[in-house]
Amino acid sequence: MAWQSLDIQRRSATTTPAPGARQATEVAKLIDISQCIGCKACQVACMEWNDLRGEVGHCAGVYDNPGDLDSQTWTLMRYTELENNGRLEWLIRKDGCMHCQDPGCLKACPAPGAIVQYANGIVDFHQENCIGCGYCITGCPFNIPRLSEKDHKAYKCSLCSDRVAVGQSPACVKTCPTGALHFGSKEAMKDHAEHRIADLKSRGFSNAGLYDPPGVSGTHVMYVLQHADHPEWYSGLPRDPKISPWVGIWKGLAKPLAIGAMAAITLASLFHYIIKGPNEVSKETEKEVENETRS
Amino acid sequence: MTNHWVDIKNADLILIMGGNAAEAHPCGFKWVMEAKATRKAKLVVVDPRFTRSAAVSDFYAPIRPGTDIAFLGGVINYLLSNDKIHHEYVKAYTNASFLIHEGFAFTDGLFSGYDEAKRSYDQASWQYQVDGQGFAQVDDTLQNPQCALQILKRHYARYTPEAVSQVTGTPQADFLKICEFIADTSAPNRTMTICYALGWTHHTVGTQNIRTMAIIQLLLGNMGMAGGGVNALRGHANVQGLTDQGFYTEMLPGYLGSPSDSDKTREEYLAKRTPKPVRPNQMNYGQNFPKWHTSLMKAWFGGAATAENGFCYDWLPKKEAAYDVLALFEQMDRGRMNGFFCQGFNPQASVPHKAKVDGALAKLKFLVVIDPLATETAEFWKNHGELNDAKPETIQTEVFRLPATCFAEQDGTFTNSSRVIQWHWKGADGPGESLSDLDIIAGVFVRLRALYAKDGGAFPEPVLNLAWPYRIPHQPSPEEIAMEISGKALADVPDPKDATKVLAKAGEQLAGFAQLRDDGSTAAGNWIYCGMWSQAGNLTARRDPSDPTGLGQSHNWGFAWPANRRILYNRASCDAAGKPWDPGRAVIKWDGTKWTGNDIPDMRPDARPEEGVMPFIMNQEGVARLFGVERMLDGPLPEHYEPFETPLGLNPMHPNNPLAVSNPAARIYPGVMESLGKADEFPHVATTYRLVEHFHFWTKHAVLNAITQPEQFVEIGEELAREKGIGNGHRVRVRSKRGQILAVAVVTKRVRSFSVNGRKVHMVGIPFHWGFRGATRPSHLVNELTPFIGDANIQTPEFKAFLVNIEPA
Repeated sequence: MAWQSLDIQRRSATTTPAPGARQATEVAKLIDISQCIGCKACQVACMEWNDLRGEVGHCAGVYDNPGDLDSQTWTLMRYTELENNGRLEWLIRKDGCMHCQDPGCLKACPAPGAIVQYANGIVDFHQENCIGCGYCITGCPFNIPRLSEKDHKAYKCSLCSDRVAVGQSPACVKTCPTGALHFGSKEAMKDHAEHRIADLKSRGFSNAGLYDPPGVSGTHVMYVLQHADHPEWYSGLPRDPKISPWVGIWKGLAKPLAIGAMAAITLASLFHYIIKGPNEVSKETEKEVENETRS
Repeated sequence: MTNHWVDIKNADLILIMGGNAAEAHPCGFKWVMEAKATRKAKLVVVDPRFTRSAAVSDFYAPIRPGTDIAFLGGVINYLLSNDKIHHEYVKAYTNASFLIHEGFAFTDGLFSGYDEAKRSYDQASWQYQVDGQGFAQVDDTLQNPQCALQILKRHYARYTPEAVSQVTGTPQADFLKICEFIADTSAPNRTMTICYALGWTHHTVGTQNIRTMAIIQLLLGNMGMAGGGVNALRGHANVQGLTDQGFYTEMLPGYLGSPSDSDKTREEYLAKRTPKPVRPNQMNYGQNFPKWHTSLMKAWFGGAATAENGFCYDWLPKKEAAYDVLALFEQMDRGRMNGFFCQGFNPQASVPHKAKVDGALAKLKFLVVIDPLATETAEFWKNHGELNDAKPETIQTEVFRLPATCFAEQDGTFTNSSRVIQWHWKGADGPGESLSDLDIIAGVFVRLRALYAKDGGAFPEPVLNLAWPYRIPHQPSPEEIAMEISGKALADVPDPKDATKVLAKAGEQLAGFAQLRDDGSTAAGNWIYCGMWSQAGNLTARRDPSDPTGLGQSHNWGFAWPANRRILYNRASCDAAGKPWDPGRAVIKWDGTKWTGNDIPDMRPDARPEEGVMPFIMNQEGVARLFGVERMLDGPLPEHYEPFETPLGLNPMHPNNPLAVSNPAARIYPGVMESLGKADEFPHVATTYRLVEHFHFWTKHAVLNAITQPEQFVEIGEELAREKGIGNGHRVRVRSKRGQILAVAVVTKRVRSFSVNGRKVHMVGIPFHWGFRGATRPSHLVNELTPFIGDANIQTPEFKAFLVNIEPA
């Protein structure tokens, strides 16, 4: 839903200019994986705040429960056991929407206003406008949005835009017991990350670093990684995420062509109407239909 | 905790062993992260499996379940043989220099005084050598072979790194690395905190596990220091309050030993429990026992308790036998108990050997279950197929279920691990006909009292005369109870130093336990809680987080027992002259005229350092005990014994003495040895534990928790999985001598095998949150597997080390 205190900067399938009078600060959530104990409190807080209740599933031999993101699971802890230099590491990543500065989902979305980006950087789905085509899933370089089997609309983390709009932090950040989750201006989050990375380097993680991938012009959810040189170690976090070229082709070439084709068909129909007049049903056909209805 | 949650941020080294703070105490764990972030502290985890605490640690080492004393004994040996102890502290503040009886000996795994038939020790030779006045003899040079330090050195010299590794399965290099981390905190200005929980208590050597760490912290000089201490992380929101309040038969409120059959008179009872000083000039604070006990009796029996009738001492029940939880179910199983009130307790899930518990419950005439949840125990009689294969037609027990409100549906207090008593306010009304526990128990009492008044009966006096001063007798308010526990003056309490002054007027709430008297002029339901509700009001309701100390003490947040003191033994944070060992984290100091600083001094405020009043004021010696001369039933020094179900069949420390395989002083009920498995049939070590997604057996009733961890699983290593042909996510059957459970296999690198005593031992990790009631997938209770045997001192069951076998289901 739209909140007046958050200006919409981009809107899917819309060309109306964005408002620009107010000064919005870019925000970000920082996920410090080195301080995360994988307690899933963020997962539960997300379900509670957003009124989500998934199925009670099964244990599939791993701690990841539920097994994947879905319309009721907007954030999910993913666990990776890694043997590195003879020591075991248990890398636990909180997965969910990265809120890209250049959002592939929004670019791919054909439904006007189903996906918006606020001036503070949050990318939000407005399900009332969603047509359930699933193009956002194709457009997302992180494989995040999921279609609901119930209403066939796409869902994902909203970064608690409703909470942020009234000056609160996202529910997951609010509930994190160990201080692994932080929320604030993107600048402040980068500053904090710098301190954390220095600490990790002092503890022997010489490749510690910030994950803020340039391929999507940076993200509004960032990670502090112990091994920034190997993001893929963290349950397949993409090394260099980019919007699928198909989105570019669709938006840059195919869509205008298709629109042109549709416009041509419309025009042709109009000419056909003007020249030939309306289609008429013959008397015989009408009779046939009447007989069928009676029998 | 001797220290407190927030104080963990003051540590230089955090050792998590015998616990898993990140998973069982995720909120408190934030202070570990704070220490890492702001103090550059290191976190070291020693655990049988790679836990979520280990995931954020600086160093992790594995250990075979049930071998912590071997590991820690090795640490003691390392500290002593590498001279990494805080000499000044050890000499002044421990009994290192005290001379032990010449008759003391330790031979092939047994201490002097062992009686094999009784499985107990005569402790006569475990005492100090005393002079004519009854004072302990000391040798300030610490060279006398009978002094505690020399005995300690000899005892632990056997715990070499090789021996440690052979028993524990911890790689030697890992063990030595951890020794280095620990030894670093022997510097006066460096501290280690140890956070442990049921990973140390759930053993037949549980109490001695903790004793071993206490010895280490004393050798390092870490007791009384900010960022130090021995810190028990309690597993329930109010289990600290439960033990403080004496909700078990061994203790009256405030850790006052309860009377037994042999305590015929009040005088005998008090004399036995009021300690005599064993060194000159010491506070020997336990000498005040009669004041605490008399005030308790006044709180319980009010006007009926008089000096003439010994303050109703005769009305107290006298134990004739043990009444710990194992003893209760043993008695029940033998048909010696007819009725059982089961309040906030799910014994099928919480007491070992479910088949035995089931049999015991079936012998009751009635069972009353007071609980907010539909517990398994309340349906022990109901057939749930394979998961609870009961035959209702054969069970005559009548079960009454009284729905109670949960903690969030009532006012009251919680006492957390930090000993901080905090008032909590009701958040919502309870559903349906539920009543608070207070109302249920009061309702039962007033009805019983009426029956006694009407019909008489055997020994009605204690019931009819119990003080019941509440405004609405069947609904006492939590406020009334809290004020009663805290205590009040029944007559004016004069100042002993100045008879013209009155410390508390009759009817006033007392300011603290120093105002308690043994003449019947004061009443307090729990001396250590005295002052929590003073004339200033309900101090437990304070919520001022301000911390002028910078150490996280926040003295105006709730009320910490005792006396709102946040760090126990804090006198030991200073040298003999009263100067803090670490001025950067000064807890208290001697300012020339009095003790003062960042905490309530754990010392007589005007005790000049020259007087030599020592910091451990609850001990008769005034100093802490490296050598445990009292209290421990299974030895004055911790020794490694195998779990009762050992994968080795012998104790590698004493391979030739069958009496010293497992704890020689642990109690064994008839039939228990037969219920224990051997390694040939059950070769794998099992250990049980909690997961962060659940809280015991409560949250399986909550959908959100059920979603995050839906189903019973067990964890095994990749090697065992290969051997047994078990794939990740496959169904498996885990069997012990006592029963079996079905579960999903989680095959993981986090669980590994141990090389122990020349062989390989595999482990099966068993989290225990599921059952046949709740929102999670129905499953067995893990107590189908666990052994009915407990710690030699306090009978905590050995849930953390037993034997199983595993196969594909």
